[in-house]
Amino acid sequence: MSFFGFGQSAEIDIILNDAETRKKAEHKSEDGRKDKYFLFYDGETVSGKVNVTLKYPGKRLEHNGIKIEFIGQIELYYDRGNHHEFVSLVKDLARPGELTQSQTYDFEFTHVEKPYESYTGQNVKLRYFLRATVSRRLNDISKELDIVVHTLSTYPELNSSIKMEVGIEDCLHIEFEYNKSKYHLKDVIVGKIYFLLVRIKIRHMEIDIIKRETTGTGPNVYHENDTIAKYEIMDGAPVRGESIPIRLFLAGYEMTPTMRDINKKFSVRYYLNLVLIDEEERRYFKQQEITLWRKGDVMRKSMSHQAAIASQRFEAPYNPEKPPNQNSEDDS
Amino acid sequence: MAEAIADTRRLFTKPQNLNDAYGPPSNFLEIDVSNPETIGVGRGRYTTYEVRLKTNLPIFKLKESCVRRRYSDFEWLRAELERESKVVVPPLPGKALFRQLPFRGDDGIFDDSFIEERRQGLEQFLNKVAGHPLAQNERCLHMFLQDESVDKSYTPSKIRQA
Repeated sequence: MSFFGFGQSAEIDIILNDAETRKKAEHKSEDGRKDKYFLFYDGETVSGKVNVTLKYPGKRLEHNGIKIEFIGQIELYYDRGNHHEFVSLVKDLARPGELTQSQTYDFEFTHVEKPYESYTGQNVKLRYFLRATVSRRLNDISKELDIVVHTLSTYPELNSSIKMEVGIEDCLHIEFEYNKSKYHLKDVIVGKIYFLLVRIKIRHMEIDIIKRETTGTGPNVYHENDTIAKYEIMDGAPVRGESIPIRLFLAGYEMTPTMRDINKKFSVRYYLNLVLIDEEERRYFKQQEITLWRKGDVMRKSMSHQAAIASQRFEAPYNPEKPPNQNSEDDS
Repeated sequence: MAEAIADTRRLFTKPQNLNDAYGPPSNFLEIDVSNPETIGVGRGRYTTYEVRLKTNLPIFKLKESCVRRRYSDFEWLRAELERESKVVVPPLPGKALFRQLPFRGDDGIFDDSFIEERRQGLEQFLNKVAGHPLAQNERCLHMFLQDESVDKSYTPSKIRQA
């Protein structure tokens, strides 16, 4: 956001030192538009240059100081005036004085802590940005540069499966199982639904992914639920003893990592909702929370291990001696 | 232990018992509303319908039953279920009061096409309601479907299975 307007006598640009090499990530803005921003991780240094360009060369620019800030803030939409800053760093670039020509200033925020992931939601926004300001008596000139921060996690040490028997007494008993409780964003949910007792007329079954954004505290807690995915896993009437498999690829859906009580301001949690629908459109459901996390991009050294896993599809036991599938017969 | 490609093989499942796979399902419940008969003469006439039930659900005492009910009995059932249970009870086919006014060109509420329309609506209503797990716990539903006559001065209660 820049205050370009009538009477601005200078332009500010913020250029990052590693702009050529640094990756960019897509991030949805409040109005739904997708833009690309420079991607940073926790602990990385943010360094670059601030260019102050005089619009009318020869005309001096008097100022009360030039500075650059690195800010991480949470903005609740129902309370727009109050920005909660959880990271606030500042570097003074110039003492109050006069600019007679365009100038460039270097800056470096070393090993900046970026504890949370950037998030733009329905009722809350968490963003990181650089803001360069030329302070003046009447009105400041400033320029902001938004960046996106991703928080990475490593494979959890403990990742137990979720297995539970639920139902309505004497009407419907099922046992559901999901292979993990913590999934990364490009993971696959592998599971099954086993029918123990079916005394109702089921027409189909689906699994939904629900995102719940919680803002506010105490009596003013507000939950915003959003169904991100609906995936039919069964069409028709099951009977006792039948097992329905689940294989749901998460990479196709726009999701964020699970965020719990971020700076005590908001949470974003994900739930699997298993829904059974009967002949009369009655719905029976069971919701279960899952933890989503973001995996770093790491290239695996060994390709044969990956290929061996990919060539297995069903219950065949994994055999490390089996060569990977290389040819596909063309029968044309 | 990190894997670039996820293992998507199916989870282990017990093989299904063949009796379960090919035997009769445990959810068999059929209700038919049929054979409308108009009883009485003149002003006091009314129509009754045969309500026939076939089931293998243990919650029903009789696996087959056949009773006769009139429209006001259905209205009574609907009111009881609304009051006693948390079920959102579906609507009945219309009361058609306008058909009971005099000087109509047709047979009013004893018109064949009207009775057929009403019969269908009553059948839909019963199938929706009788399959509801919560409604199945209500004494009034079982009395309506399987007792010889409806005792409107009964004591509402829940059915418990042994």
